Amino acid sequence: MSSTDLTSLTIAEIRDGLSAKAFSATDLTKAYLASMEAARALNAYIVETPEQALSMAAASDERIAKGEARALEGVPLGIKDLFATEGVHTQAASHILDKFKPSYESTVTANLWNDGAVMLGKLNMDEFAMGSSNETSYYGPVVNPWRKEGSNAPLVPGGSSGGSAAAVAARLCAGATATDTGGSIRQPAAFTGTVGIKPTYGRCSRWGTVAFASSLDQAGPIARTVRDAAILLKSMASVDAKDTTSVDVPVGDYEGAVGQSVKGLRIGIPREYRLDGMSAEIEALWQQGIAWLKEAGAEIVDISLPHTKYALPAYYIVAPAEASSNLARYDGVRYGLRVPGEDIAAMYENTRSAGFGHEVKRRILIGTYVLSAGYYDAYYVRAQKIRTLIKRDFDLAFAAGVDAVLTPATPSAAFGLEEMAVASPVEMYLNDVFTVTVNMAGLPGLAVPAGLDKAKLPLGLQLIGRPFEEETLFRLGQVIEDAAGSFTPSKWW
Amino acid sequence: MSVDIATVKRVAHLARIAVTEEEATSFQGEINAILGFAEQLNEVDVDGVEPLTSVVAQTMKKRVDVVTDGFYADRVVGNAPVSDDDFFMVPKVVE
Repeated sequence: MSSTDLTSLTIAEIRDGLSAKAFSATDLTKAYLASMEAARALNAYIVETPEQALSMAAASDERIAKGEARALEGVPLGIKDLFATEGVHTQAASHILDKFKPSYESTVTANLWNDGAVMLGKLNMDEFAMGSSNETSYYGPVVNPWRKEGSNAPLVPGGSSGGSAAAVAARLCAGATATDTGGSIRQPAAFTGTVGIKPTYGRCSRWGTVAFASSLDQAGPIARTVRDAAILLKSMASVDAKDTTSVDVPVGDYEGAVGQSVKGLRIGIPREYRLDGMSAEIEALWQQGIAWLKEAGAEIVDISLPHTKYALPAYYIVAPAEASSNLARYDGVRYGLRVPGEDIAAMYENTRSAGFGHEVKRRILIGTYVLSAGYYDAYYVRAQKIRTLIKRDFDLAFAAGVDAVLTPATPSAAFGLEEMAVASPVEMYLNDVFTVTVNMAGLPGLAVPAGLDKAKLPLGLQLIGRPFEEETLFRLGQVIEDAAGSFTPSKWW
Repeated sequence: MSVDIATVKRVAHLARIAVTEEEATSFQGEINAILGFAEQLNEVDVDGVEPLTSVVAQTMKKRVDVVTDGFYADRVVGNAPVSDDDFFMVPKVVE
């Protein structure tokens, strides 16, 4: 098989090919390492780890030869820079974690390696996962492998998991880990024609994942197909004693759900997601998704989630508040960058000033402000009360018999690099208008490619499920994938 | 509500982030845009609503109170910018 053929395989096909000995894990890893080297213009990887990759692939080949292959044996993956990887660059794409190499492994990546996966390198992202365009990385922006038809202008891949999404779309890894605090898996997946799932809060352990907003952060995969996302999530998810918010619910048979009938499932269409000024293309995409699910036997019902419009402003109080607390640990003492000062307070201030980028600093300042004396009740407590109402909206819809909710994934296709540079932060935040409610309520959300816009850029739909019912999302996601097909960018890099 | 420049500087000091005059001005505009966006939260009647503390109805798990980890101070200080004899080193704090 040629190198291009190898990197075109889905994870399910890799599994079959390796077990049939059609190629070796080493061949496959070498093909990916070559494609990564040829795609450095995309800036998807911060660090490539070829030696580690080849030694893991060799170990996989030995296991396969002995007939001891595990669930992800020999599958080459990219890892978002937010996950601690033992002895390997882990900086959340921030300058403040300069030279940090953890002496431990995150639970999610440890689960993947225990299942035989191969690490290709660490993927670029928005600094501390704060951003919707992957333009806040200390290591520079990621370029979307997709371009508008007839244009060479670079587009953003979305964020914060922009490196993960770009690498999967450009076939620089078979699948990738990602994280989602307000839409950071689903929005970049939609911008790159890939599949991304943010599982239920508590499904994947947060241990060893650099914290942004602890009550909202969840890890999940980005992959090329619904089935591949299901395979990866099965390995990433676990119940972990090291994360007290990891929930004691057995991990489901996600791949087994792929291809199951959706007949009789009730799909809620929330009227509040029909925004003023929403583009006709997004509306048409949504209607197409409704038609596909209806044809497959699902029942469509109109629902109301009345507090939807308050999710984004409430999120931009809650998430910065938690971030300001979590990021207090970066003080130039225990790890990372240190910039000297005349006393210890000046050392802290200089270190944090030089180490954090503008977006991160702004969120820390907002978080510090809304948690400060006199403002705590007016902002933070009020936002948390509104979060209760947002969650209640979903609870009521599910109690009324809705199995899943269908919405657009993003309000638009990918936009140009630096296009939002002069916009107010609030305009950038609007990218997450359809995804952020899901984090606020702790629910699982799947983004699946559903079509191309008039400039031939991918657009995605989002399915939102009941807590710990990821299987339902995989069933429904496969119906959309079957109807819409899959989308691959033309190679220009 | 909106913040003035003195408040931005006070909050930056609380957060231990040194800011220049120019940065403070930029942050002031951005923070006020976000606080302005959050104003709409005041439209919502939250009387009698409990603040959300956990999205999952689960009692906090408790570990058995035993030592399961540790005894590797060299690894703990291994990433420190400055360390000496397994201690983190900081500028003098007590005269």
